[in-house]
Amino acid sequence: MTEAEQSVAPENPKMTADNVDIFYGEKQAIKNVSIAVGTDLVTAFIGPSGCGKSTFLRSLNRMNDTIAGAKVTGSIKLDGENIYDPAMDVVQLRARVGMVFQKPNPFPKSIYDNVGYGPRIHGLAPNKADLDVIVERALRQSGLWDEVKDRLQESGTALSGGQQQRLCIARAIAVDPEVILMDEPCSALDPIATAKIEELIHELRGNYAIVIVTHNMQQAARVSQRTAFFHLGTLIEYGKTTDIFTNPKNERTKDYITGRYG
Amino acid sequence: MNSTAPVTTPTAAPLRRGPTAWKSGAMQGRIAARYAAERRFRRTGLAAVLLSGLFLAFLLFTMVGNGLRGFTYTSVAVPIDFAASPLTVGRDAFTAPDADQQLAGAGLREIVDFAAEEALGADGAALISENAWRIVRDELKANPDKATQRGTFALPVASAIDTAAKYDGTADAERAVTALREKGLLSTGIHWPFFTGADATDPAVAGIWGALKGSVMTIMIAFAVAFPTGVLAALYLEEYAARNRWTDLIEVSINNLAAVPSIIFGLLALSVFIQFFGICQASPLVGGLTLALMTMPVIVIASRNAIKSVPPSIRDAALGVGASPVQVVFHHVLPLALPGIMTGTIIGMARALGETAPLLLVGMRAFIGDVPTGFCSASTVLPMQIFLWSDQVDRGFVEKTSAAIIVLLIVLLSMNALAIYLRNRFEKRW
Repeated sequence: MTEAEQSVAPENPKMTADNVDIFYGEKQAIKNVSIAVGTDLVTAFIGPSGCGKSTFLRSLNRMNDTIAGAKVTGSIKLDGENIYDPAMDVVQLRARVGMVFQKPNPFPKSIYDNVGYGPRIHGLAPNKADLDVIVERALRQSGLWDEVKDRLQESGTALSGGQQQRLCIARAIAVDPEVILMDEPCSALDPIATAKIEELIHELRGNYAIVIVTHNMQQAARVSQRTAFFHLGTLIEYGKTTDIFTNPKNERTKDYITGRYG
Repeated sequence: MNSTAPVTTPTAAPLRRGPTAWKSGAMQGRIAARYAAERRFRRTGLAAVLLSGLFLAFLLFTMVGNGLRGFTYTSVAVPIDFAASPLTVGRDAFTAPDADQQLAGAGLREIVDFAAEEALGADGAALISENAWRIVRDELKANPDKATQRGTFALPVASAIDTAAKYDGTADAERAVTALREKGLLSTGIHWPFFTGADATDPAVAGIWGALKGSVMTIMIAFAVAFPTGVLAALYLEEYAARNRWTDLIEVSINNLAAVPSIIFGLLALSVFIQFFGICQASPLVGGLTLALMTMPVIVIASRNAIKSVPPSIRDAALGVGASPVQVVFHHVLPLALPGIMTGTIIGMARALGETAPLLLVGMRAFIGDVPTGFCSASTVLPMQIFLWSDQVDRGFVEKTSAAIIVLLIVLLSMNALAIYLRNRFEKRW
């Protein structure tokens, strides 16, 4: 943990994790991780397969609750509120901390209903006109509006992979979250679609705290301002992305980013 | 995990081998054997398909061959002069609520028998069905003006005469048919009472409607009970219940229930529904509850499989935007699983529709001469009607049996067609 403690903490943290351990039954997937994720910053989690970065990401909006036998100890706070507190409403938490998954997973509904679903169930749009506005804004923000504005009633699953993923991002931002978690959002996409998503992440940066898990170190270098390197369930090094990639303090970080293992 | 050394085994000597003899005799033999196996498999498969097609064709051929004549009946034209031999009741008797009893007491049967003897000779009353007067009664009820005039009525012939007209009958009957044919009085037409009546001892008035309506009402009860229970049980087991020994036990029990012979469910229904709860026996209500017991495990299994096949990524997506577990189930999982659930349910219902054994035990075996009027009135069902008619010796009932089978098959095929339609209509891709 010493390396992580030495690292630069963001000036105004949005989410703070302290001494977090995550278990799947007997197996410990995350060991004593403490990290703060900053507002207006893109934070990348990198590390070899099975290092626990996705597990940790899923603990930030309690998606691990759905996995039988998963247990989280320590504290994870959103704006100072412990999200594992019994008083925390998990439904509201997931609206505030949205998530984009590895494989594009639009609902088999129309494009409009995909984006409108979140606002509808949270009662954010009192009437159809308001919902229209929200849907259009979310689609514009995700850069999909011009491509789909004439076919909003077509099925979301009929779009291409990259468009589907941007639709999923639009769906996440339609409920106006504070944090967006992205779990390897480009791993199923081709390079052009990937470039579009990365561009989108750049544009979204100012409005949301974004946490992205990626296998692609170039991507981490391109899109993020902070990078956290995980290895075997521990946080090895956390710091400014430029520092991590040009001047890693830890040997293992250096070995990983130079491609010695991974 | 972090090894970067190339994967080599330097100690093993490289395997040297001559070029493979692709053209050798042994190799050619193996290829020929492979092709032969392929041909054999294809021929066996084709033979299996042909055999089942043959069985189906045979079934349809015999059923339709025998059954179509069950939908027709021979009638004889008999003039009845109500002006000469008037009924002993007034005109308002035809519209009274107890019109059937009033007309039965008004000498209608005697008038019809007398008219038959006048028109067809001394044994005329024996040539027409003993229920012919009921046909006249129904016609008069529909059109009371006829009750005071002279008119010609197409009366159903006696069962023996109908058999002689359609196939070969007794010598007496054949003679009578020949005589009537010469006078041009016989005609064959669709047997409407078959579609409107209930069971009877006389094939001239026996109908399928009572059993069909009984079947429909029974299935409605079974569906109304088994579908919600089965689907909710499946949703709970799949989406909410923790995986532990208890749910394993429940799963095994449900699978076992689906395999329990249906007659056992009949016994259970007899002791629980009729003897303990005292529900009206032989009714669509108790029959439907019995079939619901039998169908529910099938629905649970089909629904669980359909729910399981909804991709977890859809649940993640919905949870990820902040849907509550109930919203995930009712907005996403259930709509996506519904085609599978409906297909399984309709197939379960079709099986229940053809079920006889459990209903024997709740009293639906009885002779029911009336069309059921409510869920608690005595009733029978189509397969039971087939079973009862097939027991009769009268030739007229043999063709009625086949006709009833055709009706049952049509109902079953329409249900299966509905299942396919619903599956295609609501199926969604992701």
